[in-house]
Parts: sequence; structure tokens; C-alpha cells
Amino acid sequence: MVDQLAPSVGESTVEVLEHLGVNVHFLNDQTCCGQPAFNSGFRSEAHPVAARFIELFEKTDGPIVVPSGSCAAMVRNYYVDLFRGDADLLRRAALVGDRVFELTEFISKYFGTSAISGELNASATYHKCCHLLREIGINEEPLDMLSNISGLEMTPLERADVCCGFGGAFSVKMPDISSAILDEKLDFIEATGASTVIAGDTGCVYQMQGGLRRRDSSVKVIHIAEALAKSIRNSSSTGASN
Amino acid sequence: MKPITANFRSKAAQTLNNAQIQESIEHVYTGFFKGRLTAASDTPEWEDLRTKGKAIKDHTIAHLDYYLDLLATNVEKNGGSVFFADDAEEARQHIIDLAHKRDIKTVIKSKSMVSEEMGLEKAMNAEGFETVETDLGEYIIQLANETPYHLIAPAVHKSREDVAKLLDDDFKEGDRVPDATELTMMARKKLRGVFERADMSVTGVNFAVAESGSIALVTNEGNGRMSTTVPRVHVAVMGMEKIVPSIQDLSTMLRILIRSATGQRISTYVTMVNEARKSDEEEGPEEFHLVIMNNGRQNLLEDPQMRESLNCIRCGACLNACPVYRKVGGHAYGWVYPGPIGAIVSPVLTGVKDASNLPSASSLCGACHDACPVKINIPRMLLELRWRTAEGSTDKSERASSAKERGVWKMWRMGMMGRKRFDMGARLAGLALRPLSRNGWLKKAPPPISGWTSTRDFPSISSGSLRSKLSKRLGRSK
Repeated sequence: MVDQLAPSVGESTVEVLEHLGVNVHFLNDQTCCGQPAFNSGFRSEAHPVAARFIELFEKTDGPIVVPSGSCAAMVRNYYVDLFRGDADLLRRAALVGDRVFELTEFISKYFGTSAISGELNASATYHKCCHLLREIGINEEPLDMLSNISGLEMTPLERADVCCGFGGAFSVKMPDISSAILDEKLDFIEATGASTVIAGDTGCVYQMQGGLRRRDSSVKVIHIAEALAKSIRNSSSTGASN
Repeated sequence: MKPITANFRSKAAQTLNNAQIQESIEHVYTGFFKGRLTAASDTPEWEDLRTKGKAIKDHTIAHLDYYLDLLATNVEKNGGSVFFADDAEEARQHIIDLAHKRDIKTVIKSKSMVSEEMGLEKAMNAEGFETVETDLGEYIIQLANETPYHLIAPAVHKSREDVAKLLDDDFKEGDRVPDATELTMMARKKLRGVFERADMSVTGVNFAVAESGSIALVTNEGNGRMSTTVPRVHVAVMGMEKIVPSIQDLSTMLRILIRSATGQRISTYVTMVNEARKSDEEEGPEEFHLVIMNNGRQNLLEDPQMRESLNCIRCGACLNACPVYRKVGGHAYGWVYPGPIGAIVSPVLTGVKDASNLPSASSLCGACHDACPVKINIPRMLLELRWRTAEGSTDKSERASSAKERGVWKMWRMGMMGRKRFDMGARLAGLALRPLSRNGWLKKAPPPISGWTSTRDFPSISSGSLRSKLSKRLGRSK
């Protein structure tokens, strides 16, 4: 999803990591972790794609950082179901899974939530994406990180931890229900008066942005990697921080 | 109750467009959901209690045969009778036969989801017994000729005006709508006479205690206490999983049940029944009967991937937390148990084939898992059932996926199995969608994306993949 629909999220992720001094490698052959088919019930189709993910990434060393709590949760929490009964793949999946981190999780764990002190002039609110919050367990950390960005005025979002209605294939399969959930979210977003929504998963970003566009709203939704990268760029050009 | 789980989509759509129900159902979030959070944060050992609750249920379900036997032995030792019913039909018939034998005229019911499985109220009325629900919500639902909307708040979707119309024969459109207290007093007045003439009661069971042969009932209206004391025959009905080993365990379970259900620290009434009236006692029922029902629960018990759903204590916390339930309402689920827990137990209890939409009706947000007092991993089981209905079930008739759907995922897999194919597939899709795209967004797209664009704009495929963009930046990458 990031690769083809939102490459700027990936680029921003690299930018943020390099700013922190991380030596970043990108595996050119990578495609997908298998989650879309797995969540839709087509495990036989997800299985070879997930096994391919393991084969590619087990040849690497060091942490594997993904700008998505959902993808991280798939590898860490759901490969055990996908590879059920296959001891070899289960063992290898566990080894790879131990190295998988969602971006804000990785930053807060290894660098601390105050490691990035960029600059971004915007009024924003933060939506807590479900899988990052409940599958990975990252709650307030991204907000702590955003509070270190100067010029960024954060307004709390009512029911920030309630789903935006995305849910992958659910958003296409049951669009009326998905949109009803989204509408509640967008009402709360518009009530904040913020001009920008920051969120941690690209699917949710597009769900909310797609809905806001349909409302003719000018509110922009960006991925947290983009917010962080932009703030770093701004501060390095003004020389406010390193 | 006959399952009609196949109509999920159309029933859901009706509720989405009903502004009054949408407003009424908000209470499950602003009242129950928030109440649970407050109760939990006021309970320092909350997480330990949940862990303990899960351990108690895991243990009990793992040794269910033993505890059911112990329970039956102790109930009989206390002088009660025990009937094991294989299914709802057998349970219902047993109770109807008993009522005939005892020459019963009036039956009062206190709230019980298991009796909903039996369709007991309707069946008993049809047999000529005056049968009346005495829980206020259930009474409203009975008058409206509907089924419960929520596990603990059966009439949560009704407005005060709806209720006034049902309770007050003289109520006309435009009249002042009575407040909740006035409505409750109307119901009380109507129900008082029924309580006085009732000669049999049917109650549910929140927990049965194996070591003592007692049952515990949690209520807020006192109707449970009336039902277990006034009529001469008391019948309690339970699903076979509603059991705890000891009184100590009951104490743990009550603490998490009540906090999770309503946010109360304790309900207004907790009623324990050990036995019928003893020969030297002046009050209480003359007979106590316990009906323990299977009705498909054996399927859950024998299914290692689904067994955990038997840990459910029917508090309703997962419904209150669920963004889908809060929009589609309780009736869309088509059977006794709505919401996330219904989406996992209904397919197994009533048949996967008709219920295949239920596990799909979820954004997999995980709020149910978070809210569950005994930590049932509902999202995992939703995914398990999605797999079975898509392709995994060994019984081919249970697979509900279409050839088109299978084709889409096969294509997807082929595209994901090599980077060149992946890039080419994306390029082709991008080219196909380009004519429809304006400023990087699509207002309308062909299937399978058309579902998305019916309500939201869809992003165009980027003109360059991340890989091509990063290859310029990260020259050293492989």
C-alpha cells in the first residue's frame, strides 16, 4: 500500500530514521506481508506471500521498521495462525517477528519520544490507529513525539481511540457500515477545528482523507512519518535544530 | 428463536438510516462503555481480576464434564431437579410439560438469553400459559413483539416515546412524553398483579456454583428476587458453560461481570438460590428445577480454535465497544447474541453458511478484545471464521466465497509473488485508473474499488513506486 499508493510515507520513514543516525536498507524485492488476503479469509493465497516475506527478511540483520502498526501486527501476532502446523515456518516467523517494529514504536524504544524536535507550523489532531494501539500497544508515545515539534498546535480528538471504519477489505465489502463509522470520526475531527489530522497507518489516512474530500472539507490527513520528516526538514532549513 | 442471520446486510442498512435508533443506541457508548472504563480505573487490581477471571473460565471449560456433574449432584442433594437438554426444543418442551403437570396458569420470566434461544415466552403463551417478561426492557420488547437488541439492555434502541406508546394505551402523538420514572411506574403497576398471581417463574442464571449447587442472579430491578421467591415453582435455565467451580470464583466473576456490564461496583440485587423452601420454612417456592442446555455449545467445546468463546459471561462490554454494533444495531445479527460475541458464536451455533456475513462485518479494530473482562480474543476468531467461510471449511457447503472473489485473491497472490509482477500490476492498474483521476484522487472507480468510491474518494496509484524513489536515495540498497 505504501509502496504504490503512498511512497512519500516510505520516503519520510527513511528520512526520519536517517535523521536519527540509522543506517537504512530497503529490500528491493519486497512486496507485501500477506495481510489483505489473510484478513479476507484466503489463507492459501496469503501463505506463500507471507512465506516469501519471511524468506526475504530472514536474510537481513537488525530491526525491521514498518510505518504501519497493522503490518507489524500481522507479522508479530497473526503469522502464528497463518503458519499453524508448520513448525519450521513458525520458528522462522518468530525470529523475524522479534525484529519487526512499527516506526513510532521503534523510535520511542531506541531513541525516546523526545529524540525529534523539529518545526512544523500547523494546527493538528491525532487519531489513534487501532492496530498500533491495541495490537502493538503504542498509545501516548506518538503524541509525546508530536509535542516536541515546535509550532505544532495539537488539539485532542474526542474518541481518538475509536476505529475510523477502514478495516481493509471491510471498507470495500461493506462500504455503508464502514462509512457510517467514518462519519462519526469525521464529525469529531471537524469539531476540533484543526487543519491537519495525523495518523499512523496509511489505510486509515486514506479512509479519513477520502471521506473528508467527499465532504468538501479542506482538512488534510497525513501519516506521522510525513509530519516528523517535514518537521525535520523545516528545522534544518532554518537551522533551529541540528 | 429461529436464526435469520442471512439478512445482515439489509437489516444493517435499515438501522444506519434510522436517526432515532442511532441516537438511542449512543447510550451504549456514553453510558455503559464509559461506565466500564470508570469502574475499571477505580479498581486498582482490575487487570489482575481479568487475568484471574480468564483463568477461572479456562479451567472450568477445560473440565466442563466434571463441573457439570458436580453441579448436578449438588443441586439434587439440595432437593432440586436437574435436566440436561440437548437443544432448545428439548429444553422448551421440558419446561412446558412441567407447567402442564403442575397445573400452572401464569408464568413470570426474568431476563435470560438462553430462554431467548428457546423462544420460550412465545411458545408458553401459545400453549395457553399467561407468560410475562418482568425485566423492564424485556417487558417492553415483549409488548413490541421484538427480540432483545442488547445482551443487558434489550430495549436500548427504543425512545421514551416508543416506550410510552407501548405502556400507555391512552398515549397519543403530541402528548407530553412521560419521563423514565413515570414509565417505570406504569410498568410496575401493570406487572404487580402478574407477580401476585404467578405460580411459576423462569429465570436465567448468571453463574451456577458447582461446589454448592447454587445459582446466582444479577439484576437491578428486583424482578429477579420476586421471581425466585413468589411463585410455587422456580425453573432456572442456563447454557452449560455458565458455571464456576466455587463461591470464591463466583466472587471474582461477579466483580468483573457487573463492572463490565453497567459500570456499577455491584448491582442492586445479587440473588443466590440454593434450594426450594425447606419443610420448616414459611416462604419461597416449593420446587426448584435447573435446566442446563447444550444447543450447539458442544460444537464450540470440541473446536480448539473457537472454544474460548465459551468463556463469555454475557456482560455486553464487547457490544458497547464495537463501532459496527453501534451503527448496525442488535437486530442485524439475526439471532439471540448480537455484536462481536454474536458474530463468533452464532455461526457455530446456528450454522456457518447463513451467518457468513457476520464475521466479515468487522473492521478488526480489536476494541472488543480490549473490553472483554475475560480477554476473549474475538478478532482472532473472526479471522478463523472468515477463513472457514472463504475456503477453509472441510464441508464445502459452508464455503460462501464467490468464484469472482476467489479469482481476485488468486490474482493478488500472483502479483505479490515477484517484484517485477508487483510493479507491472501496479503500473497497469495505475494506467487503467488514470483517465478517472483528478488531482491524484478518484471520485468513481470500477470494481472491486467501486465499493470504496461509493462514499469516499480513492487515491490514485503513485507515478513512481517507493522502490524506484528510494533506489535514487539509497544507492547501497540491494
